[in-house]
Amino acid sequence: MEKRELTCIGCPMGCTLTVTMQDKEVVSLTGNTCKRGDIYGRKEVTNPTRIVTSTVRVKNGENPVVSVKTAQDIPKDKIWACMEAIHEIQVEAPIQIGQVVLKNVADTGVDLIATKNQRAVESRL
Amino acid sequence: MTQCDLVIIGGGPAGLAAAVAARKQGVEDILILERDGELGGILNQCIHNGFGLHTFSEELTGPEYAARFIEKVQEEAIPYKLHTMVLNITKEKTVTAMNREDGLFDIQAKAIVLAMGCRERPRGALNIPGYRPAGIFSAGTAQRLVNIEGFMPGREVVILGSGDIGLIMARRMTLKGAKVKVVAEVMPYSGGLKRNIVQCLDDYNIPLKLSHTVIDIQGKERLTGVTLAQVDENRRPVPGTEIQYKCDTLLLSVGLIPENELSKSAGIQIGSVTRGPVVNESLETSVEGIFACGNVLHVHDLVDYVSEEASMAGENAAHYIKNKEMYAARKEIPVNTGEGVRYTVPETLDIQRMRSNQTLRFRVGSVYTGAYVSVYLDDKRIQHKKRQVLAPGEMETVILKQEELQKYPKLQKITVRIEEE
Repeated sequence: MEKRELTCIGCPMGCTLTVTMQDKEVVSLTGNTCKRGDIYGRKEVTNPTRIVTSTVRVKNGENPVVSVKTAQDIPKDKIWACMEAIHEIQVEAPIQIGQVVLKNVADTGVDLIATKNQRAVESRL
Repeated sequence: MTQCDLVIIGGGPAGLAAAVAARKQGVEDILILERDGELGGILNQCIHNGFGLHTFSEELTGPEYAARFIEKVQEEAIPYKLHTMVLNITKEKTVTAMNREDGLFDIQAKAIVLAMGCRERPRGALNIPGYRPAGIFSAGTAQRLVNIEGFMPGREVVILGSGDIGLIMARRMTLKGAKVKVVAEVMPYSGGLKRNIVQCLDDYNIPLKLSHTVIDIQGKERLTGVTLAQVDENRRPVPGTEIQYKCDTLLLSVGLIPENELSKSAGIQIGSVTRGPVVNESLETSVEGIFACGNVLHVHDLVDYVSEEASMAGENAAHYIKNKEMYAARKEIPVNTGEGVRYTVPETLDIQRMRSNQTLRFRVGSVYTGAYVSVYLDDKRIQHKKRQVLAPGEMETVILKQEELQKYPKLQKITVRIEEE
Protein backbone atom coordinates (compact mmCIF):
# COMPACT_ATOMS: atom_id res chain seq x y z
CA MET A 1 0.00 0.00 0.00
CA GLU A 2 1.36 3.38 -1.01
CA LYS A 3 -0.05 6.68 0.26
CA ARG A 4 0.31 9.92 -1.66
CA GLU A 5 -0.61 13.43 -0.58
CA LEU A 6 -1.81 15.96 -3.13
CA THR A 7 -3.17 19.48 -3.07
CA CYS A 8 -6.42 19.74 -5.00
CA ILE A 9 -6.39 22.51 -7.63
CA GLY A 10 -10.15 22.55 -8.23
CA CYS A 11 -10.81 25.71 -6.20
CA PRO A 12 -9.11 28.04 -3.71
CA MET A 13 -9.87 25.74 -0.77
CA GLY A 14 -6.93 23.59 -1.84
CA CYS A 15 -7.99 20.46 0.01
CA THR A 16 -5.20 18.08 0.98
CA LEU A 17 -6.05 14.78 -0.66
CA THR A 18 -4.68 11.47 0.56
CA VAL A 19 -4.70 8.77 -2.08
CA THR A 20 -4.02 5.17 -1.15
CA MET A 21 -2.69 3.05 -4.01
CA GLN A 22 -2.02 -0.62 -4.52
CA ASP A 23 -0.40 -1.93 -7.70
CA LYS A 24 -1.04 1.37 -9.45
CA GLU A 25 -4.76 1.19 -8.64
CA VAL A 26 -6.48 3.72 -6.42
CA VAL A 27 -7.82 1.96 -3.34
CA SER A 28 -9.18 5.01 -1.58
CA LEU A 29 -9.18 8.79 -1.74
CA THR A 30 -9.87 10.97 1.29
CA GLY A 31 -9.66 14.64 2.21
CA ASN A 32 -11.72 15.99 -0.66
CA THR A 33 -14.85 18.05 0.05
CA CYS A 34 -16.42 17.71 -3.38
CA LYS A 35 -16.64 15.57 -6.48
CA ARG A 36 -14.02 17.61 -8.35
CA GLY A 37 -11.39 16.68 -5.76
CA ASP A 38 -12.11 13.01 -6.30
CA ILE A 39 -11.77 13.25 -10.08
CA TYR A 40 -8.60 15.34 -9.89
CA GLY A 41 -6.93 13.09 -7.30
CA ARG A 42 -7.56 9.89 -9.23
CA LYS A 43 -6.25 11.28 -12.51
CA GLU A 44 -3.25 12.94 -10.90
CA VAL A 45 -1.95 9.68 -9.39
CA THR A 46 -2.73 7.40 -12.32
CA ASN A 47 -2.20 9.54 -15.42
CA PRO A 48 -0.98 13.08 -14.69
CA THR A 49 -0.97 15.25 -17.82
CA ARG A 50 -0.14 18.87 -18.63
CA ILE A 51 -0.42 21.21 -21.57
CA VAL A 52 3.09 22.47 -22.29
CA THR A 53 3.51 26.06 -23.47
CA SER A 54 6.75 27.63 -24.64
CA THR A 55 8.33 29.61 -27.46
CA VAL A 56 10.04 28.53 -30.67
CA ARG A 57 12.69 30.46 -32.60
CA VAL A 58 11.43 32.24 -35.70
CA LYS A 59 13.18 32.88 -39.00
CA ASN A 60 12.37 36.13 -40.85
CA GLY A 61 9.72 37.11 -38.31
CA GLU A 62 9.00 40.46 -36.70
CA ASN A 63 9.90 38.91 -33.34
CA PRO A 64 12.71 36.43 -32.64
CA VAL A 65 10.32 33.88 -31.09
CA VAL A 66 6.68 32.79 -31.34
CA SER A 67 4.55 31.22 -28.62
CA VAL A 68 3.47 27.58 -28.97
CA LYS A 69 1.56 24.91 -27.05
CA THR A 70 0.86 21.21 -27.23
CA ALA A 71 -2.52 20.87 -28.92
CA GLN A 72 -3.65 18.53 -26.12
CA ASP A 73 -2.27 17.67 -22.70
CA ILE A 74 0.68 15.29 -22.68
CA PRO A 75 1.93 12.91 -19.97
CA LYS A 76 3.76 14.81 -17.26
CA ASP A 77 6.90 12.72 -17.62
CA LYS A 78 7.21 13.78 -21.28
CA ILE A 79 7.53 17.49 -20.45
CA TRP A 80 11.33 17.55 -20.63
CA ALA A 81 11.50 15.55 -23.86
CA CYS A 82 8.93 17.95 -25.28
CA MET A 83 11.02 20.98 -24.22
CA GLU A 84 14.14 19.53 -25.84
CA ALA A 85 12.30 19.12 -29.12
CA ILE A 86 10.97 22.68 -28.81
CA HIS A 87 14.49 24.08 -28.31
CA GLU A 88 15.83 22.36 -31.42
CA ILE A 89 13.39 23.66 -34.00
CA GLN A 90 12.99 26.92 -35.85
CA VAL A 91 9.92 28.00 -37.77
CA GLU A 92 9.69 30.37 -40.72
CA ALA A 93 7.37 33.40 -40.66
CA PRO A 94 4.60 34.14 -41.56
CA ILE A 95 2.95 32.04 -38.86
CA GLN A 96 -0.78 31.61 -38.22
CA ILE A 97 -2.47 30.78 -34.92
CA GLY A 98 -3.16 27.04 -34.80
CA GLN A 99 -0.50 26.22 -37.39
CA VAL A 100 1.29 22.95 -36.65
CA VAL A 101 4.90 23.78 -35.82
CA LEU A 102 6.02 20.25 -34.99
CA LYS A 103 4.07 17.03 -35.54
CA ASN A 104 3.95 14.34 -32.86
CA VAL A 105 6.19 16.15 -30.41
CA ALA A 106 8.43 13.76 -28.40
CA ASP A 107 6.40 10.76 -29.62
CA THR A 108 3.36 11.80 -27.61
CA GLY A 109 1.03 11.65 -30.59
CA VAL A 110 0.27 15.32 -29.93
CA ASP A 111 1.21 18.19 -32.26
CA LEU A 112 2.88 21.41 -31.24
CA ILE A 113 0.89 24.40 -32.54
CA ALA A 114 1.50 28.16 -32.72
CA THR A 115 -0.61 30.31 -30.39
CA LYS A 116 0.05 33.66 -32.04
CA ASN A 117 0.14 35.14 -35.53
CA GLN A 118 3.43 36.51 -36.69
CA ARG A 119 4.17 38.47 -39.85
CA ALA A 120 7.30 37.98 -41.91
CA VAL A 121 9.73 40.85 -42.39
CA GLU A 122 12.11 41.57 -45.24
CA SER A 123 15.57 40.21 -44.55
CA ARG A 124 17.49 42.63 -42.38
CA LEU A 125 20.68 42.26 -44.44
CA MET B 1 -9.21 69.77 -33.28
CA THR B 2 -10.21 66.24 -34.31
CA GLN B 3 -13.55 65.15 -32.86
CA CYS B 4 -14.32 61.58 -31.83
CA ASP B 5 -17.36 60.09 -30.12
CA LEU B 6 -15.47 57.55 -28.03
CA VAL B 7 -11.75 57.41 -27.32
CA ILE B 8 -10.47 54.26 -25.62
CA ILE B 9 -7.10 54.53 -23.92
CA GLY B 10 -5.34 51.17 -24.03
CA GLY B 11 -5.64 48.27 -26.49
CA GLY B 12 -5.33 45.39 -24.02
CA PRO B 13 -8.16 43.03 -23.05
CA ALA B 14 -10.16 45.82 -21.38
CA GLY B 15 -9.87 48.32 -24.23
CA LEU B 16 -10.67 45.73 -26.89
CA ALA B 17 -13.80 44.44 -25.12
CA ALA B 18 -15.00 47.99 -24.41
CA ALA B 19 -14.55 48.96 -28.07
CA VAL B 20 -16.45 45.95 -29.40
CA ALA B 21 -19.31 46.45 -26.92
CA ALA B 22 -19.64 50.16 -27.74
CA ARG B 23 -19.73 49.42 -31.46
CA LYS B 24 -22.48 46.82 -30.92
CA GLN B 25 -24.47 49.57 -29.18
CA GLY B 26 -24.21 51.68 -32.31
CA VAL B 27 -21.24 53.96 -31.68
CA GLU B 28 -19.66 54.42 -35.12
CA ASP B 29 -16.88 56.82 -34.27
CA ILE B 30 -14.45 54.98 -31.95
CA LEU B 31 -10.67 55.24 -31.66
CA ILE B 32 -8.40 52.95 -29.62
CA LEU B 33 -5.01 54.40 -28.62
CA GLU B 34 -2.31 51.84 -27.77
CA ARG B 35 1.29 52.61 -26.80
CA ASP B 36 2.72 49.20 -27.74
CA GLY B 37 3.33 48.01 -31.30
CA GLU B 38 0.41 45.57 -31.29
CA LEU B 39 -3.01 45.11 -29.71
CA GLY B 40 -3.58 42.60 -26.91
CA GLY B 41 -1.66 44.18 -24.05
CA ILE B 42 -0.01 42.00 -21.45
CA LEU B 43 -1.80 38.87 -22.76
CA ASN B 44 0.77 38.71 -25.55
CA GLN B 45 3.50 37.74 -23.11
CA CYS B 46 1.31 35.44 -20.99
CA ILE B 47 1.96 32.42 -23.19
CA HIS B 48 0.78 29.91 -20.56
CA ASN B 49 -2.72 28.43 -20.75
CA GLY B 50 -5.71 28.79 -18.44
CA PHE B 51 -7.36 31.89 -19.92
CA GLY B 52 -10.95 32.06 -21.07
CA LEU B 53 -12.57 29.17 -19.18
CA HIS B 54 -15.50 31.44 -18.26
CA THR B 55 -15.79 33.34 -21.55
CA PHE B 56 -15.15 30.64 -24.13
CA SER B 57 -15.51 27.44 -22.04
CA GLU B 58 -12.07 26.34 -23.15
CA GLU B 59 -8.54 26.89 -21.92
CA LEU B 60 -6.62 29.30 -24.09
CA THR B 61 -3.16 30.81 -23.86
CA GLY B 62 -2.90 34.59 -23.42
CA PRO B 63 -2.11 35.37 -27.08
CA GLU B 64 -5.01 33.16 -28.22
CA TYR B 65 -7.43 34.89 -25.85
CA ALA B 66 -6.25 38.29 -27.11
CA ALA B 67 -6.57 37.16 -30.72
CA ARG B 68 -10.28 36.37 -30.24
CA PHE B 69 -10.92 40.00 -29.28
CA ILE B 70 -8.50 41.48 -31.83
CA GLU B 71 -10.42 39.60 -34.55
CA LYS B 72 -13.69 41.13 -33.32
CA VAL B 73 -12.16 44.62 -33.42
CA GLN B 74 -10.99 43.96 -36.97
CA GLU B 75 -14.35 42.50 -38.06
CA GLU B 76 -16.07 45.61 -36.74
CA ALA B 77 -13.41 47.74 -38.48
CA ILE B 78 -12.80 49.75 -35.32
CA PRO B 79 -9.89 52.16 -35.90
CA TYR B 80 -6.83 52.01 -33.65
CA LYS B 81 -3.46 53.72 -33.46
CA LEU B 82 -0.41 51.76 -32.30
CA HIS B 83 2.87 53.18 -30.92
CA THR B 84 0.73 56.00 -29.62
CA MET B 85 1.34 57.46 -26.20
CA VAL B 86 -1.43 59.39 -24.50
CA LEU B 87 0.16 62.24 -22.55
CA ASN B 88 -2.79 63.98 -20.99
CA ILE B 89 -6.54 63.97 -20.66
CA THR B 90 -8.68 66.79 -19.30
CA LYS B 91 -12.00 67.09 -17.48
CA GLU B 92 -13.42 68.43 -20.76
CA LYS B 93 -12.40 65.13 -22.39
CA THR B 94 -9.60 66.46 -24.57
CA VAL B 95 -7.04 63.73 -25.18
CA THR B 96 -3.45 64.72 -26.00
CA ALA B 97 -1.34 61.98 -27.57
CA MET B 98 1.70 61.53 -29.77
CA ASN B 99 3.20 59.10 -32.24
CA ARG B 100 5.70 59.15 -35.12
CA GLU B 101 3.18 59.64 -37.93
CA ASP B 102 0.89 62.28 -36.44
CA GLY B 103 3.32 64.00 -34.06
CA LEU B 104 1.59 65.62 -31.11
CA PHE B 105 -2.18 65.83 -31.51
CA ASP B 106 -5.39 66.59 -29.60
CA ILE B 107 -8.71 64.80 -29.89
CA GLN B 108 -11.97 66.11 -28.45
CA ALA B 109 -13.99 63.10 -27.28
CA LYS B 110 -17.64 62.88 -26.25
CA ALA B 111 -16.78 59.99 -23.94
CA ILE B 112 -13.57 58.27 -22.84
CA VAL B 113 -12.96 54.74 -21.59
CA LEU B 114 -9.85 54.37 -19.44
CA ALA B 115 -8.27 50.94 -20.03
CA MET B 116 -4.59 51.53 -19.26
CA GLY B 117 -4.13 48.47 -17.06
CA CYS B 118 -1.64 48.27 -14.23
CA ARG B 119 2.08 48.06 -13.63
CA GLU B 120 4.26 46.02 -11.32
CA ARG B 121 5.42 47.26 -7.96
CA PRO B 122 9.14 47.99 -8.37
CA ARG B 123 12.07 47.20 -6.09
CA GLY B 124 12.08 50.75 -4.79
CA ALA B 125 8.72 50.15 -3.13
CA LEU B 126 10.21 47.34 -1.04
CA ASN B 127 13.20 49.07 0.54
CA ILE B 128 15.56 46.10 0.09
CA PRO B 129 19.04 47.24 1.09
CA GLY B 130 22.20 46.50 -0.88
CA TYR B 131 23.81 47.58 -4.14
CA ARG B 132 21.95 48.03 -7.41
CA PRO B 133 23.60 45.40 -9.59
CA ALA B 134 22.25 44.10 -12.90
CA GLY B 135 20.11 40.98 -12.66
CA ILE B 136 17.12 42.29 -10.68
CA PHE B 137 13.92 42.29 -12.72
CA SER B 138 10.23 42.52 -12.08
CA ALA B 139 8.70 39.15 -12.98
CA GLY B 140 6.71 40.72 -15.82
CA THR B 141 9.82 42.26 -17.37
CA ALA B 142 11.54 38.88 -17.31
CA GLN B 143 8.40 37.37 -18.85
CA ARG B 144 8.56 39.83 -21.73
CA LEU B 145 12.29 39.20 -22.26
CA VAL B 146 11.83 35.43 -22.42
CA ASN B 147 8.52 35.16 -24.25
CA ILE B 148 8.64 38.07 -26.73
CA GLU B 149 12.24 39.23 -27.07
CA GLY B 150 13.51 35.65 -26.90
CA PHE B 151 16.38 35.75 -24.46
CA MET B 152 17.03 34.59 -20.93
CA PRO B 153 17.71 37.16 -18.23
CA GLY B 154 19.75 34.75 -16.09
CA ARG B 155 20.68 31.20 -15.07
CA GLU B 156 20.36 30.93 -11.30
CA VAL B 157 17.21 32.53 -10.04
CA VAL B 158 15.56 33.52 -6.77
CA ILE B 159 11.99 34.81 -6.90
CA LEU B 160 10.53 37.13 -4.29
CA GLY B 161 6.75 37.12 -4.12
CA SER B 162 4.40 34.23 -4.84
CA GLY B 163 1.82 36.10 -6.88
CA ASP B 164 0.72 34.33 -10.04
CA ILE B 165 3.29 36.04 -12.28
CA GLY B 166 6.10 34.94 -9.94
CA LEU B 167 4.85 31.35 -9.94
CA ILE B 168 4.39 31.27 -13.71
CA MET B 169 7.90 32.64 -14.19
CA ALA B 170 9.37 30.03 -11.83
CA ARG B 171 8.11 27.35 -14.21
CA ARG B 172 9.00 29.28 -17.32
CA MET B 173 12.61 29.93 -16.29
CA THR B 174 12.96 26.26 -15.28
CA LEU B 175 11.64 24.99 -18.62
CA LYS B 176 14.07 27.33 -20.38
CA GLY B 177 17.00 25.74 -18.54
CA ALA B 178 17.50 28.05 -15.56
CA LYS B 179 17.75 26.81 -11.99
CA VAL B 180 15.08 28.41 -9.81
CA LYS B 181 16.39 27.95 -6.28
CA VAL B 182 13.52 29.24 -4.20
CA VAL B 183 10.36 31.34 -4.20
CA ALA B 184 10.09 33.48 -1.07
CA GLU B 185 6.80 34.96 0.15
CA VAL B 186 6.64 37.48 2.99
CA MET B 187 3.05 36.55 3.89
CA PRO B 188 2.18 33.29 5.66
CA TYR B 189 0.12 32.26 2.58
CA SER B 190 0.67 32.52 -1.17
CA GLY B 191 -1.09 35.21 -3.15
CA GLY B 192 -1.22 32.94 -6.18
CA LEU B 193 -3.77 30.37 -7.34
CA LYS B 194 -3.47 26.85 -5.88
CA ARG B 195 -3.33 25.53 -9.38
CA ASN B 196 -0.15 27.53 -10.02
CA ILE B 197 1.49 26.37 -6.78
CA VAL B 198 0.98 22.77 -7.86
CA GLN B 199 1.72 23.07 -11.57
CA CYS B 200 4.53 25.65 -11.44
CA LEU B 201 6.37 24.83 -8.20
CA ASP B 202 5.50 21.31 -7.03
CA ASP B 203 5.83 19.82 -10.54
CA TYR B 204 9.43 21.07 -10.69
CA ASN B 205 10.36 20.65 -7.01
CA ILE B 206 10.85 24.38 -6.51
CA PRO B 207 10.65 25.20 -2.79
CA LEU B 208 8.22 27.87 -1.57
CA LYS B 209 9.30 29.60 1.62
CA LEU B 210 6.36 31.35 3.27
CA SER B 211 6.96 34.14 5.82
CA HIS B 212 10.36 34.81 4.24
CA THR B 213 11.79 37.85 2.54
CA VAL B 214 14.99 39.15 0.95
CA ILE B 215 17.03 41.12 3.48
CA ASP B 216 20.25 41.63 1.53
CA ILE B 217 21.42 41.80 -2.07
CA GLN B 218 25.03 41.03 -3.01
CA GLY B 219 27.06 41.87 -6.10
CA LYS B 220 28.31 45.12 -7.53
CA GLU B 221 28.15 44.79 -11.33
CA ARG B 222 25.97 41.68 -11.55
CA LEU B 223 23.92 40.12 -8.80
CA THR B 224 25.91 37.35 -7.08
CA GLY B 225 23.54 36.34 -4.30
CA VAL B 226 20.73 37.24 -1.94
CA THR B 227 20.06 36.62 1.73
CA LEU B 228 16.62 35.45 2.84
CA ALA B 229 15.32 35.57 6.37
CA GLN B 230 12.17 34.44 8.09
CA VAL B 231 9.82 37.22 9.21
CA ASP B 232 7.69 37.43 12.33
CA GLU B 233 3.98 38.24 12.44
CA ASN B 234 4.82 41.94 11.95
CA ARG B 235 6.82 41.04 8.85
CA ARG B 236 10.10 41.93 10.57
CA PRO B 237 13.13 39.67 9.86
CA VAL B 238 13.95 37.22 12.66
CA PRO B 239 17.69 37.31 13.51
CA GLY B 240 19.43 33.98 13.16
CA THR B 241 17.16 32.69 10.37
CA GLU B 242 19.25 34.06 7.48
CA ILE B 243 19.84 31.76 4.52
CA GLN B 244 22.32 32.59 1.77
CA TYR B 245 21.50 31.86 -1.89
CA LYS B 246 23.98 32.18 -4.72
CA CYS B 247 22.16 33.52 -7.80
CA ASP B 248 22.60 35.86 -10.76
CA THR B 249 18.95 36.84 -11.05
CA LEU B 250 16.26 38.06 -8.66
CA LEU B 251 12.70 38.32 -9.93
CA LEU B 252 10.19 40.44 -8.04
CA SER B 253 6.51 39.52 -8.11
CA VAL B 254 5.30 41.77 -5.35
CA GLY B 255 2.02 43.23 -6.47
CA LEU B 256 0.38 45.32 -9.16
CA ILE B 257 -0.67 48.95 -9.10
CA PRO B 258 -3.31 50.44 -11.44
CA GLU B 259 -1.69 52.96 -13.76
CA ASN B 260 -3.63 56.16 -13.14
CA GLU B 261 -1.34 59.07 -14.00
CA LEU B 262 -3.71 60.06 -16.84
CA SER B 263 -6.79 59.71 -14.63
CA LYS B 264 -5.18 62.06 -12.14
CA SER B 265 -4.42 64.60 -14.88
CA ALA B 266 -8.17 64.84 -15.48
CA GLY B 267 -8.78 65.33 -11.75
CA ILE B 268 -10.48 61.93 -11.40
CA GLN B 269 -10.97 60.78 -7.82
CA ILE B 270 -8.84 57.70 -6.98
CA GLY B 271 -9.82 55.12 -4.34
CA SER B 272 -7.29 54.50 -1.57
CA VAL B 273 -7.73 50.70 -1.52
CA THR B 274 -8.16 49.86 -5.22
CA ARG B 275 -5.82 52.69 -6.28
CA GLY B 276 -8.12 52.98 -9.29
CA PRO B 277 -10.84 55.53 -10.08
CA VAL B 278 -13.88 55.66 -7.81
CA VAL B 279 -16.79 54.69 -10.07
CA ASN B 280 -20.59 54.55 -10.03
CA GLU B 281 -22.83 51.73 -11.26
CA SER B 282 -22.04 52.69 -14.87
CA LEU B 283 -18.29 52.40 -14.21
CA GLU B 284 -18.23 56.14 -14.73
CA THR B 285 -15.50 58.00 -12.81
CA SER B 286 -15.97 61.20 -10.80
CA VAL B 287 -15.65 63.07 -14.12
CA GLU B 288 -18.83 62.81 -16.20
CA GLY B 289 -18.42 60.83 -19.41
CA ILE B 290 -15.09 59.23 -18.46
CA PHE B 291 -15.45 55.52 -17.75
CA ALA B 292 -12.91 52.99 -16.43
CA CYS B 293 -12.55 49.21 -16.66
CA GLY B 294 -10.04 46.40 -16.28
CA ASN B 295 -6.89 46.56 -14.20
CA VAL B 296 -6.74 50.37 -14.25
CA LEU B 297 -9.93 50.28 -12.18
CA HIS B 298 -8.94 47.47 -9.79
CA VAL B 299 -6.54 44.55 -10.18
CA HIS B 300 -8.44 41.48 -11.40
CA ASP B 301 -7.65 37.82 -10.87
CA LEU B 302 -9.09 36.53 -14.18
CA VAL B 303 -9.03 38.18 -17.59
CA ASP B 304 -12.56 36.83 -18.19
CA TYR B 305 -13.83 39.28 -15.58
CA VAL B 306 -11.85 42.08 -17.22
CA SER B 307 -13.59 41.40 -20.54
CA GLU B 308 -16.99 41.23 -18.86
CA GLU B 309 -16.48 44.46 -16.95
CA ALA B 310 -15.01 46.24 -19.98
CA SER B 311 -18.01 45.24 -22.12
CA MET B 312 -20.21 46.93 -19.52
CA ALA B 313 -18.04 50.05 -19.62
CA GLY B 314 -18.25 50.12 -23.42
CA GLU B 315 -22.03 49.74 -23.40
CA ASN B 316 -22.37 52.40 -20.71
CA ALA B 317 -20.18 54.83 -22.65
CA ALA B 318 -22.41 54.25 -25.69
CA HIS B 319 -25.49 54.87 -23.54
CA TYR B 320 -23.92 58.05 -22.17
CA ILE B 321 -23.19 59.45 -25.64
CA LYS B 322 -26.88 59.09 -26.58
CA ASN B 323 -28.47 59.92 -23.21
CA LYS B 324 -26.16 62.47 -21.70
CA GLU B 325 -28.90 64.11 -19.63
CA MET B 326 -29.34 60.93 -17.56
CA TYR B 327 -25.81 61.23 -16.23
CA ALA B 328 -25.96 64.87 -15.13
CA ALA B 329 -28.20 64.15 -12.14
CA ARG B 330 -26.18 62.49 -9.41
CA LYS B 331 -28.43 60.89 -6.82
CA GLU B 332 -26.03 58.13 -6.08
CA ILE B 333 -26.28 55.88 -3.06
CA PRO B 334 -22.95 54.91 -1.45
CA VAL B 335 -21.94 51.25 -1.33
CA ASN B 336 -20.12 50.78 2.00
CA THR B 337 -17.65 48.08 2.96
CA GLY B 338 -18.58 46.20 6.13
CA GLU B 339 -16.53 43.70 8.16
CA GLY B 340 -14.15 41.63 6.05
CA VAL B 341 -14.71 43.52 2.78
CA ARG B 342 -11.71 45.53 1.55
CA TYR B 343 -13.40 47.38 -1.30
CA THR B 344 -16.30 47.27 -3.72
CA VAL B 345 -16.59 48.29 -7.38
CA PRO B 346 -18.76 50.26 -7.99
CA GLU B 347 -18.55 52.49 -4.93
CA THR B 348 -21.85 54.28 -5.60
CA LEU B 349 -25.06 53.39 -7.35
CA ASP B 350 -27.93 55.27 -9.03
CA ILE B 351 -31.14 53.27 -8.93
CA GLN B 352 -32.52 54.82 -12.15
CA ARG B 353 -29.42 54.06 -14.18
CA MET B 354 -28.47 50.70 -12.68
CA ARG B 355 -29.03 47.53 -14.66
CA SER B 356 -31.88 45.19 -13.75
CA ASN B 357 -29.17 42.83 -12.48
CA GLN B 358 -26.25 44.94 -11.34
CA THR B 359 -22.90 43.24 -10.69
CA LEU B 360 -20.95 44.41 -7.67
CA ARG B 361 -17.39 43.12 -7.35
CA PHE B 362 -15.36 43.03 -4.15
CA ARG B 363 -12.41 41.47 -2.38
CA VAL B 364 -12.16 40.15 1.15
CA GLY B 365 -9.34 40.97 3.61
CA SER B 366 -8.45 37.47 4.77
CA VAL B 367 -9.29 33.79 4.27
CA TYR B 368 -12.77 32.64 5.41
CA THR B 369 -14.30 29.17 5.25
CA GLY B 370 -18.02 28.64 5.48
CA ALA B 371 -18.73 32.35 5.99
CA TYR B 372 -21.66 34.33 4.59
CA VAL B 373 -21.66 37.23 2.16
CA SER B 374 -24.38 39.64 3.25
CA VAL B 375 -25.88 42.71 1.62
CA TYR B 376 -27.71 45.32 3.69
CA LEU B 377 -29.99 48.09 2.45
CA ASP B 378 -29.60 50.52 5.34
CA ASP B 379 -30.19 48.15 8.30
CA LYS B 380 -32.19 45.52 6.46
CA ARG B 381 -30.36 42.39 5.30
CA ILE B 382 -31.49 41.41 1.81
CA GLN B 383 -28.83 38.83 0.91
CA HIS B 384 -27.10 36.23 3.05
CA LYS B 385 -25.29 33.59 1.07
CA LYS B 386 -22.94 30.93 2.35
CA ARG B 387 -19.61 30.53 0.55
CA GLN B 388 -17.38 27.48 0.91
CA VAL B 389 -14.32 29.65 0.87
CA LEU B 390 -13.42 33.31 0.48
CA ALA B 391 -9.81 34.35 -0.13
CA PRO B 392 -8.10 37.72 -0.73
CA GLY B 393 -6.64 36.46 -4.01
CA GLU B 394 -10.06 35.84 -5.55
CA MET B 395 -12.52 38.47 -6.71
CA GLU B 396 -16.07 37.99 -5.43
CA THR B 397 -19.38 39.24 -6.80
CA VAL B 398 -22.89 39.94 -5.61
CA ILE B 399 -25.81 40.79 -7.88
CA LEU B 400 -28.22 43.56 -6.90
CA LYS B 401 -31.70 43.65 -8.44
CA GLN B 402 -33.04 47.03 -9.56
CA GLU B 403 -36.59 45.84 -8.86
CA GLU B 404 -35.74 45.19 -5.25
CA LEU B 405 -33.87 48.47 -4.70
CA GLN B 406 -36.76 50.46 -6.18
CA LYS B 407 -38.86 49.38 -3.20
CA TYR B 408 -36.66 51.54 -0.95
CA PRO B 409 -37.14 55.15 -2.10
CA LYS B 410 -35.43 56.52 1.03
CA LEU B 411 -32.39 54.25 0.81
CA GLN B 412 -29.30 55.94 2.32
CA LYS B 413 -26.62 53.28 1.97
CA ILE B 414 -25.87 49.78 0.77
CA THR B 415 -23.40 47.67 2.78
CA VAL B 416 -21.58 44.47 1.85
CA ARG B 417 -20.09 42.50 4.75
CA ILE B 418 -18.80 39.05 5.64
CA GLU B 419 -20.61 37.33 8.51
CA GLU B 420 -19.62 34.17 10.34
CA GLU B 421 -23.25 33.09 10.63
